[in-house]
Parts: sequence; C-alpha cells; structure tokens
Amino acid sequence: MNHRIIDASDVVIRFAGDSGDGMQLTGTLFADASALFGNEISTFPDYPAEIRAPQGTVSGVSGFQVHFGTDGIHTPGDYCDVLVAMNPAALKANAKWAKPTATIILDIDSFDTAGIEKAGFKTDNPVTELKLDDRNVICAPITSLTKESLKDSGLDNKAILRSKNMFTLGMCFFMFNRPLEYTYTYLEKKFGKKKPEMVETNKKVLFDGYNYASNIQAIANTYSVAPAHYEKGTYRNINGNQATAWGLIAAAEKSGLQLFCGSYPITPATAILEELALHKNLNVKTMQAEDEIAGICTAIGAAYGGALAVTTTSGPGLSLKSEALGLAMITELPLVVVDVQRGGPSTGIPTKTEQTDLAQALYGRNGECPVAVVAAHSPSNCFDAAFNAAKLALEHMMPVILLTEGFLGNGSEPWKIPSMKDYPAICPPIIDECEGKFKPFERDPQTLVRKWAVPGKAGLEHRVGGLEKNPAGVISSDAENHAFMVAQRAAKVAAAASCIPNLKVEGAPSGELLVVGWGGTYGHISSAVKQLQDSGESVSYAHFDYINPLPQNTAEVLSGYRKILVCELNSGQFADYLRARLPQFKYSQYNKVQGQPFIVEELVQAAKAMLGAKE
Amino acid sequence: MKYTFKDFKSNQEVRWCPGCGDHAVLAALQRALPQISEDSGLSKEQFVVVSGIGCSSRLPYYMDTFGFHSIHGRATAISTGLKVARPDLAVWQACGDGDALAIGGNHFIHAVRRNVNLNIILFNNQIYGLTKGQYSPTSKFGAITKTSPYGTVENPFTPGQLVLGARGTFFARGIDVDIKTNQEIFEKAAQHKGTSVCEMLTNCVIFNDGAHRAITDKEVRADRTIILRHGEKMLFGAEGNRGLVLENGAIKAVTLGEDGYTIDDVLIHDATTRDTYMHNMLIDMKDDLPVALGVIRAVEDSTYDENVEKQLQEVTAASKIHCVDDLLRSGSTWQV
Repeated sequence: MNHRIIDASDVVIRFAGDSGDGMQLTGTLFADASALFGNEISTFPDYPAEIRAPQGTVSGVSGFQVHFGTDGIHTPGDYCDVLVAMNPAALKANAKWAKPTATIILDIDSFDTAGIEKAGFKTDNPVTELKLDDRNVICAPITSLTKESLKDSGLDNKAILRSKNMFTLGMCFFMFNRPLEYTYTYLEKKFGKKKPEMVETNKKVLFDGYNYASNIQAIANTYSVAPAHYEKGTYRNINGNQATAWGLIAAAEKSGLQLFCGSYPITPATAILEELALHKNLNVKTMQAEDEIAGICTAIGAAYGGALAVTTTSGPGLSLKSEALGLAMITELPLVVVDVQRGGPSTGIPTKTEQTDLAQALYGRNGECPVAVVAAHSPSNCFDAAFNAAKLALEHMMPVILLTEGFLGNGSEPWKIPSMKDYPAICPPIIDECEGKFKPFERDPQTLVRKWAVPGKAGLEHRVGGLEKNPAGVISSDAENHAFMVAQRAAKVAAAASCIPNLKVEGAPSGELLVVGWGGTYGHISSAVKQLQDSGESVSYAHFDYINPLPQNTAEVLSGYRKILVCELNSGQFADYLRARLPQFKYSQYNKVQGQPFIVEELVQAAKAMLGAKE
Repeated sequence: MKYTFKDFKSNQEVRWCPGCGDHAVLAALQRALPQISEDSGLSKEQFVVVSGIGCSSRLPYYMDTFGFHSIHGRATAISTGLKVARPDLAVWQACGDGDALAIGGNHFIHAVRRNVNLNIILFNNQIYGLTKGQYSPTSKFGAITKTSPYGTVENPFTPGQLVLGARGTFFARGIDVDIKTNQEIFEKAAQHKGTSVCEMLTNCVIFNDGAHRAITDKEVRADRTIILRHGEKMLFGAEGNRGLVLENGAIKAVTLGEDGYTIDDVLIHDATTRDTYMHNMLIDMKDDLPVALGVIRAVEDSTYDENVEKQLQEVTAASKIHCVDDLLRSGSTWQV
C-alpha cells in the first residue's frame, strides 16, 4: 500500500465508543490539540442520557465529532473522514456518518461474538453487514496493545483498560500530523500533583499508539491540515455554556451589579450554573435551588434587591418557570432566563439538540405576557448573546429569555478573546430618590421603561406584586386601567426594537431566494448558502439573533426576495411567528426534528428545490 | 430616629373581613417593628415584607415598607433570593398554611434547612380562606369543608414538627388575639439569626370560625395554653399554680401542692438546646396538656446568606482573577 500525505483544507473525525470509554475526553483532547496547532475547529458531542447505559449496546454509544481545517469551519461537519469505533455498537450507531472515502478504525479486540451480538448484528461480520467493505477499515487490536503497553506499569486491569482511549488518540495524532506535546502538557496539568503515575502511563500509551499507527502499513493516508488564516490576537477554545456564563459575568461587571444565579441542575444547561459557581471572585452569587420554580423565584427576589438576576434551564424547566416568569413580567423586574434547548416534549431526548422551545418562550404564560426573546448563533456567540440579553433586561426592566441549544452549549470553537473596553456600558434605570411618593409604574415616555427603586433607599418604599396595579402601584381591577397596563407593557417590549441591531444579510440585498434561520443553525445554514452562492445561485441569508422584538428592518429585508425559506430544527415555530407578525410575505419551510443538527447538504438540496420550484 | 407603629402603616385600606385574626397579627407586627428597628439599628427602608397568595399574603400592602406580594407558594423562594443578594436587609414574610405548607411546602422546608435569615409569619387558620373554604394541610382529620363535605380523611401537619424535621433553628407560636405575646415573639424572631418561623393561630370568621376557640377563648385560655419563656419555669393556669413536669420520658401537667408536686419539680424551659427531644414534645402538646405558645426553640447556627457572603469574600481574596478581562485570558490560550 502506498502511503500518501494528503493536503486537506478540512477533515472531520468522529470518535465513538461505549459511554464509559472516554470518547468525550478523547475528542476534546484532539480538538484542543488542533486548535493549539492553529486550525479552525468546531465540535459536536453526541452522547446518551444514561451515564452508564448497558455496556456494548447501541443505546450506550457516546460520540464526539471534531471538524478542523484551514478556513471556513462553521459546523462540526456532516459526514466524517475518519470514524473511530471502539466496539461493534459504536460502529453500528455511526456507520451512516462515514463518507464513502472514510477511514474506519476499529478496536478489533471488542469485535468478539459477545460484542457483536450485543450490538444486535445478525451476522458475525459487522463490516460486511453494514456494507463498509469498500472503506479503508483498519482493524487495530487496541485493547490488547494497551494492555501490552502498560503491563509493567503497576496499574490494575481496570485502569489499564481505561487508558485505551489514549492509544486511539495517539493513532489519530499520527494520522493528522499532530504533535503530542499539547496532550503531554494537559496530562501533566491534570495529574501532575495528585497522581504523578498517571502522567507517565498515559504518555506511554499515547506514544505507543502514535508509533503503532506509524509502523503498521495499514494507514494508507495521513493528512496535513494547514493552520487557519486567523486574524492576529489571543485565542482560546470556548463552549457555549461557558461562554454564556462568562457573558453574564461580563454584563454584571459592566452594569456594576452583583450577579445572582438561582438554578436547578438540568441537562444540558447545568454547566452554566457550574461555571458561574466557580467565579464567586467576580461578585457572583449562585444558588442551587430546590427546584426549577425556586430557581426563578430566588432570582426574582434578587432582582427586586437590585442584582443582575439570572436563572438557567432547559425546556422542561422553562415550563415550570412559566408562572414566575409572568410575575417578573408584571412587576417589570429585570431577569435573564437562559433556556439551553433540548429534544422535547416532556423529558424527550435530553442530550440531543433542538429548537423546539421557541413557541414556549414566546407564548408559554397565562395572560397577555409578552417577553423579549433572543438567541445565540454559535458557541462563542453565546458570550455576546448573554451580554446583550442582560443589557436588554436591565435597561428595559423586563425579563428576557435567551435561547441557546444543546448543540451550542456543548459544542466548542476557537474564540478571539475580546477586550471588555470594546463592550458598551449597561445603564439600568436605578434611582436614589424621587419627588413625592414613588410610583413604581410611571414610565419614561419614549422607552416606556419604569424606574428601579431598590430596597434600602429612604423615601422609595413601595409594593410590587402579581396583582394588576395602576401606574401609581395601587392594586386595581378597573377595566380601563387593566387594558391600559396590558398595552403599556406590550408596547415597552416592542419599543426595545429601537435598541437592537438591524438584521444583516449575507449575500445580495435582493434576489430569488432568502434563506432565514435563527439560533444555533447559523453555521450549517451559512455554509450551505455559501456553497450555493459560490456556484452562482441567487441566494441570500438572514439570521435572526433577536426574535421578540424583531429587528426594525425585518420587513424591508424580507421584501427583497421572490421566495423565503425558513430553516429550523422544529416543525415551523419561527415560520409561524413570522407569518403572524409579517403576513404580507409567503414563507416556505425546511424543518428537522430528529434531535440532531442540520447537515449542510440537506440544506443545499432544500434551497435548490426552492430555486427550481415554480411559484 | 425612633419610629412608632404608625410609621409602618401604609395608606392602604385594610381589606380583611371584620373579626379576622389577621388584623391582630398585623397590629402586633406594626407595634413590634419600632423596637426591632431600634435593637437592630435598621431604618424603615431596610425592611422588606414578602408574601405569597392568600388572605394573609395581602399584608405587605398594609405596611409602609418595601414589599413584594408574589405568587402562590413562592414567597419563601423570593425571600431567600432577596436575602442572599441583600443580606443587609431585614426580610419578613407573611404566608398562610396553604401557601407555605401545601403549594409552597418545598420552598418552606428548604429555607428552614438552609437557615436563611428570614422572619416567616405563618398564619395558620387551618382553612383556605381566599378561595372560600377548602381544607388545608393543617385542617384537622375529619374537617368538613367545601372540598371535604364528608370530612377529610388525611392527617394534618403540625408546622412546628415540620420545622424540627427540616432542622429548623427557631420556632414560636402565638394566638392572634394575644398581641402582646406576639409582639414579643416577633422581637425574638428578629433577634434570631436564621429562619424564624412564627406560627400564628388565626381565626377565619367566615370559613372556619372558632377553629382555635378551645384554647383561645378568654375563659379557658389560661388553662389550655402555656407561654414558654427561655430560662423560666413552665407554669400556667388561671391561678398560676399549674406546671409541666417530666415523668417517664413524657411531659405531664400537674397542680402544685397536689400529689406532692412542688415548684422544684416544674421544668425550666431551655429554648437554646440543639436537641429536639423536649422541643418536639412541647410543640406537640394537646388534649390534656396546654398548647405551647411563645418561643419554643431558638438555637444558634450560622446562616445560609452569611455563609454565601463569607465564601464569596474568601474566594475573592484568594483569587488572582479580578475582572472579566483576567477571566477571559485565564487558562489555556494561544497567540496568532
């Protein structure tokens, strides 16, 4: 076999194994090494809800996909160039993602009769059964080689078996010409002090894996992926949940307020609470509340006390918070509710990604209760999205729902570290005194925003609550007053449109087709549109970061195209919303509700079908 | 500045039914606050009254302080968030038996467990008043109400025992009409660091009139109740000659001078003991024993809000990251 070094602009590698095989770590280490090497990267963890699902079964397969390259890496990639399968179940669950040209690495030790049966194969040859014979399948005895590598290490059998992911990582580092040093440094940092013996053993296995791959002739191709053309600056890897937490901390610093987060653990949002809990040094108070309702209610209490108040959750938690969200809305207190969306309804598919909470965010409360809704469009963009959501909440005295997605929360990408001096000031309408009795619902005539009178300031004593009030803050069930207050609160949310950026278009301002998206589908849709534009199609793209209120130029943008295609990971919730808000346009839809992100190719095909379709 | 009770009265018209027990509890609170303010050095704008939903939860509107009338069951969670964010404020809470122990039961036990420095006034009229007469989690077994026309078939909570079970540090009980004792209870609650639960046995004249009559009526009150004060003998009775003694591990009511009992046999109340044995028995006294009023338990412990603040200070002092720019550049980064 001739060994070739392929210059690739981008490569997708998918690590798959049992949920206890350490595939998330292997993928993360590979991604980190690629980022440090200077590649653009995008990652996608795809793991089961069970911590330890039945070993060796398809339901227990955990995957981690890394897309890295020189330029234009906006998605974790549709199909993979390299698939690593640590057992038959992992191969079965992931074979469909392997490109026709893919290299497939198997830990052949796990392909025994028991393993093959557990994965539900009908024959004793999974590769043939899955019609993968034409791929470059590398059968490596990873388990036995790892055992051999560590036989004198003094580690027990369990610990040795746990190291086989390092062997696999070593093999992949060889295939992609990655230096081992980045991972050596990681191992020293992680184990150096507490378990020094783990540093040497892991290094040895990694190194042996690398050498094994280089020695066997089976690996036909190795890849050289040149560093990306990044702007100058300092970079780091960041995932969406971390970026969300940091964006909130940044908003607290800019506004001069304490950050209070009351939350209850829920997949896939928990990491935001965990991250915030780490940073008490930046005037952050976190409370792991007794339930979702207490999460939002403690935050509302903190908001009344003058903090930047936040609660973080996922779909089912947002359902539980509905009543309290209404309270925050009618008392006109600033509050950020982060919903890291997952597959629903009910418990649904907790570890998979979806955009199916939009309707709940927009409408899921009793009474006339409009709430501002914004969305993040990439892992690192979660920082700006969280910052902007907090700014909107604080300056307009209202709850804001920030929608992110499991795909963003867990996905990571390199991020050029910004400087806080480039971020705008946040100026909440806090007052220290007033003339006469304080009237809590007296408003600024332009923005309709009320004042924030925080306890502790003499002369500003007042009561707020869930009962309808008149502008002076006195309980009122007067018919006209109620109609007036309902209208004022809605008008206030609508008026915030003047404070949000205009909708931008990627591509020509007019033409045949406008593709519309919102939230975490940005990378996939923009890649698809770029492909179509490169092949000369008249396609443009508008992506919404602000959903309620809509950007002021929305109608103007939509009017420039003959056709509009709204792409989203639900059954058409944003399309329906646009139909209600801007009924003068005709909207087509492309939807997917599989708990998985889009793949670029399906979007390209959907847009092409629109371009070819007669009106 | 020294306040009078008028300073804590808002200009809102009080809308409780004439004869409702809540009037008296409001009066006791308004009368207690000038002294509480003086003792704590806090001025009026540092007091916040939070409530849930129910008749008693209207209370914040009648107080000329900062106030938050929230949603059903959630007062305790809102108070907790407020107190954690703002430990400098004195947070008072008004809630009913349905509000705190049914729909809000979870928040209630967890606030008590955490020992958040709150003063919770639990109005216990053993009925849902605002929804017009359904049974509550404190209604007696067999209570006939609109939703239990043939009598309830479930046992009630004893709120004090719930507090003990949630490792509470402060529990007091009062009857609505005894404004003076309640004023004293509120002052002690304010001094206590931690969650102070003050159960007020209130009368709902419309839907559960006379629920507590067997102990609150003037003719029987002295014999059917005992006011406990830390360090004092447990004496009660119209003549002041009845006392509580401990026999065979149980509390017994005796008459001094009868059956050989003297004042030396009578128990001395210790509210500060951490052990719940005596407090549990005192809270549960009924039938042949007088119902215990006053501060039954007041145990010292650190508070949640104080511990949160302390940890924040410690972590801040030890951290090398002082601002968001530091944070963004912390950990693994690289230059292009």
